Amino acid sequence: MEYIKAFLVGGAICAVVQILLDNTKLMPGRVMVILVVTGTILGALGIYEPFTEWAGAGAGVPLTGFGNALFKGVKEAIDKEGFIGIFKGGFTASAVGISATLIFSYIASWFFDSKMKS
Amino acid sequence: MDKDKNVDVSKIVREKDVKTRNENYNQYVKQVTPKHSGFKNVLAAYLVGGIICTLGQFFINYYIYLGADKEMAKAYNTITLVFLSVLLTSVGIYQKLAKFGGAGTLVPITGFANSVAAPAVEYKKEGQVFGIGVNIFTIAGPVILYGIFSSWILGLIYYILKQFGVV
Amino acid sequence: MPENNRNNKFKMIGKQSILFHNPPYIIGASSIAGKKEGEGPLGHLFDTVWEDPLLGQDTWEDAESEFMRQAAEKAIQKAGLSDNDIRYLLAGDLLAQLIASSFGVAELNIPFFGLFGACSTMGEALSIGSILIDGGFADKVLAVTSSHFAGAEKQFRFPLDYGNQRPYSASWTVTGSGAVVLSDQNSNSNGPSIRIKGITTGKIVDYGIKDTMNMGAAMAPAACDTIKTHLEDLNLKPDYYDKIITGDLGYVGSDILIDLLREYKIDVSSNHMDCGKEIFDPESQDTHAGGSGCACSAITFTGYVLKQLREGNWKRVLFLPTGSLHSKVSYNEGNTMPAIAHAVVVEAE
Repeated sequence: MEYIKAFLVGGAICAVVQILLDNTKLMPGRVMVILVVTGTILGALGIYEPFTEWAGAGAGVPLTGFGNALFKGVKEAIDKEGFIGIFKGGFTASAVGISATLIFSYIASWFFDSKMKS
Repeated sequence: MDKDKNVDVSKIVREKDVKTRNENYNQYVKQVTPKHSGFKNVLAAYLVGGIICTLGQFFINYYIYLGADKEMAKAYNTITLVFLSVLLTSVGIYQKLAKFGGAGTLVPITGFANSVAAPAVEYKKEGQVFGIGVNIFTIAGPVILYGIFSSWILGLIYYILKQFGVV
Repeated sequence: MPENNRNNKFKMIGKQSILFHNPPYIIGASSIAGKKEGEGPLGHLFDTVWEDPLLGQDTWEDAESEFMRQAAEKAIQKAGLSDNDIRYLLAGDLLAQLIASSFGVAELNIPFFGLFGACSTMGEALSIGSILIDGGFADKVLAVTSSHFAGAEKQFRFPLDYGNQRPYSASWTVTGSGAVVLSDQNSNSNGPSIRIKGITTGKIVDYGIKDTMNMGAAMAPAACDTIKTHLEDLNLKPDYYDKIITGDLGYVGSDILIDLLREYKIDVSSNHMDCGKEIFDPESQDTHAGGSGCACSAITFTGYVLKQLREGNWKRVLFLPTGSLHSKVSYNEGNTMPAIAHAVVVEAE
């Protein structure tokens, strides 16, 4: 059922990225960019959304899902509001994710310090 | 095998042309530099990434159960996963998980959150504005830039195609 | 070892080397180390091991300065001297604008030359310090260098809490500081006197490596070049030395060095030693390619190598730490990683 699909698909995406990391000189920062842009492209091609319908969080939680959400937001904004939607949709769709990340991280800095590695 | 290595090394040392020498050296280094044990890493990434996504699915279902619609549940799931990632990063657990899980912790949205929490906590010693403020997106910035930019370009294309009645 | 021609005004020999007429004495040395280093194979040899990576300070950078201050004071004390006996202080570290050094040594009130040689800084400091003494420009010189894992990670790689997986070829920056007191006269202590007989100054060598996670490969050609030039300049064979000691080539870089030298018919496979390999135990400490950073060669030299010389286990060593001279900016702008290795001939007599 859903949990099995989420595990299998999510794990598979991570496994593919791990192979990339181990066999190329790609750094994590670049990998994250590749994932998000792949998501927007596959979203635009109409592939990723049906994939997410089927795989659930297995497709939604990885950064590719974030990219897909960005394009989805832009598309919906264009459908609703026309040209301005191109500028509005991306940040609107990602608002929750980016805000939560920013705000929680900043609050964390009030209470925690970085830790030496051992 | 040793014979091959020796041939390569002499191609480096005897090579007069600097560009060629450097190319030969880079090839040789690639040969002699051991890689991470591939299979174990891939398996660990699969496991950790799979579990995080499964956890996400669990949260989505739970929020639907609490009465949210699908889109709302996804939004709350994002908040929940981000919160957990920032918390685990702050207490030093996420980094340990990442050492084992590699891409399994990098790929999910939790990796994005960790990449923002880490500089926030590290740079506070340089001040709120010039420490945290300036550096908080030092790792995740590219994700936001290229994510927004690519969706903008594709959105533009979509808009144009729409004008021409293609979509 | 060739005779120094004392009638010759110049003490230069060969292409890049010097043989001193009055080889300076090493009359004191110290090693202050961090927790991980203290838990390593050489841990029991360091003067002080600190569990707290901050040393009670507020920031990593201040902590590194404190490491350096302690190393300097300890070495001066062990030499039986006080701060104002030291004519020159030569120090360097990995941080931008050498802030660890400047803030670390400020209160010592010793005339100061700041140096940048990346991880080769101890070799560079010992070289220049020896020149100052043999040239009659100083009677006592202090050479210090430091590095800190947290400060280096923050500057060169990622914030500490970032979840990244280190590749096998990546090294672990050593947290600590090492200091050496050089003098024109022998100290009164028992045991053999340890002198710096000569130096070979490295040239910048760049074989086009762009991988900051594989610094051993970037630096090995520089070590090879300095060793080869040194042996040619002084007309020596590698077995003249009990040990030929590099700083932080690590496991990958050491193998490359031996391969490269073999092409020049120079075999160091039996007496090559690398501080990066000695300072940590890769199995239990998970340090992948080995230790790195200015302190890696410094505290291995002061804690371990000098001890071997004092106890008569070794008589002659060639100490040549290597440094990779890149920065985050140069790397991002697509440049390669040029490296350098400074060699110092250390003999017990």
